[in-house]
Amino acid sequence: MTEQTPRDAGNWAAKVDRLEVSVEHSAAGYNVSGRRVTGPQQGFGRLWQRRYATTVGEGVTPKALIADWKQNFGKYWPKGATFHAALTGLEPGAVAPIGINAAPGMQLATGVLVLYADDESFSFMTPEGHMFAGMITFAAAEVDGATEASITILVRPNDPLYELGWPIMRRREDTFWIATMRNLAAGHGAPGANVSHHTECVDRKRLWSNWRNVRHNAGISSVLHMVTSLFRRRGGH
Amino acid sequence: MNEPVVTMDVRQVAPDVAIIDITGEVTAACEGALTKAHENAATPNTRRVVLNFTGLNYMNSGGIGMIVTLLVRANRQHQQLAAYGLSPHYRQIFELTRLDEAIAIHDDEASALAGSAS
Repeated sequence: MTEQTPRDAGNWAAKVDRLEVSVEHSAAGYNVSGRRVTGPQQGFGRLWQRRYATTVGEGVTPKALIADWKQNFGKYWPKGATFHAALTGLEPGAVAPIGINAAPGMQLATGVLVLYADDESFSFMTPEGHMFAGMITFAAAEVDGATEASITILVRPNDPLYELGWPIMRRREDTFWIATMRNLAAGHGAPGANVSHHTECVDRKRLWSNWRNVRHNAGISSVLHMVTSLFRRRGGH
Repeated sequence: MNEPVVTMDVRQVAPDVAIIDITGEVTAACEGALTKAHENAATPNTRRVVLNFTGLNYMNSGGIGMIVTLLVRANRQHQQLAAYGLSPHYRQIFELTRLDEAIAIHDDEASALAGSAS
């Protein structure tokens, strides 16, 4: 076993049992605080690997692209979703609540842990209750003399309800990440960039032993939170 | 994609147990090497595949993803996946990503072969 410090040591989040949300984002992080992260083996549904890629051009190096992507991550998202980045940015171990417009007037609150970050990639891991259990990696590399940005997703729907909703979620994910990639490319001088995407079912087996994940479902708790906050507001008047 | 900086050697230590000795860097770039090593390790009788990480000196999140897909392949073939030789740093990553809940982690080869929890 090597005694030397591995060169990836600073790229990984420190081990945590339960996620903690910073005070500045505590209101948005009610579905994240105290939750555990979920890897693909903690999810319920079929395991999917998805990849989106686009050529950003020659005007930006992979390292410069990743530095900008980390710094302005939420700004490249399409409208209807909010990413609450920590002031320290997307450093390994940072916890970022996110809000997604799931239906008119209803925002689904969840979040991510920054699992890994280096000069050419960064990865998130999802908490209990998130639509997906797994990892998502954002990377940049030089391909044929140009910089290619990519998003690789390895996830299972987190519980039976999300698994039922997979056909809809899959289309929404496509719309969301393709728009994100187009915004990223446009931000680096490549408007209207073509985004390729590929989806593969890695495991058709559902992990029935994890069906109880539904108790953490962020969609359900977001609705409950919305209703109770309505009563709290009325009670305050 | 860059050439993988890794070697994966297979040792058949029992009719139903194989060890894959991993030396170098585990990233998404070594998917082909790991797939090939698993194919070489897996006979119809194989019930346990042990990953020896003693020579691991670098891993990124793509590497973790690759181990997840290997785990799925092994499970599909009714094989148990185990590991040993992880430094405290990499052991912590397995715990953080909760891979340790699906892959039995051992301190050394003897306990990995015996299948006892460390």
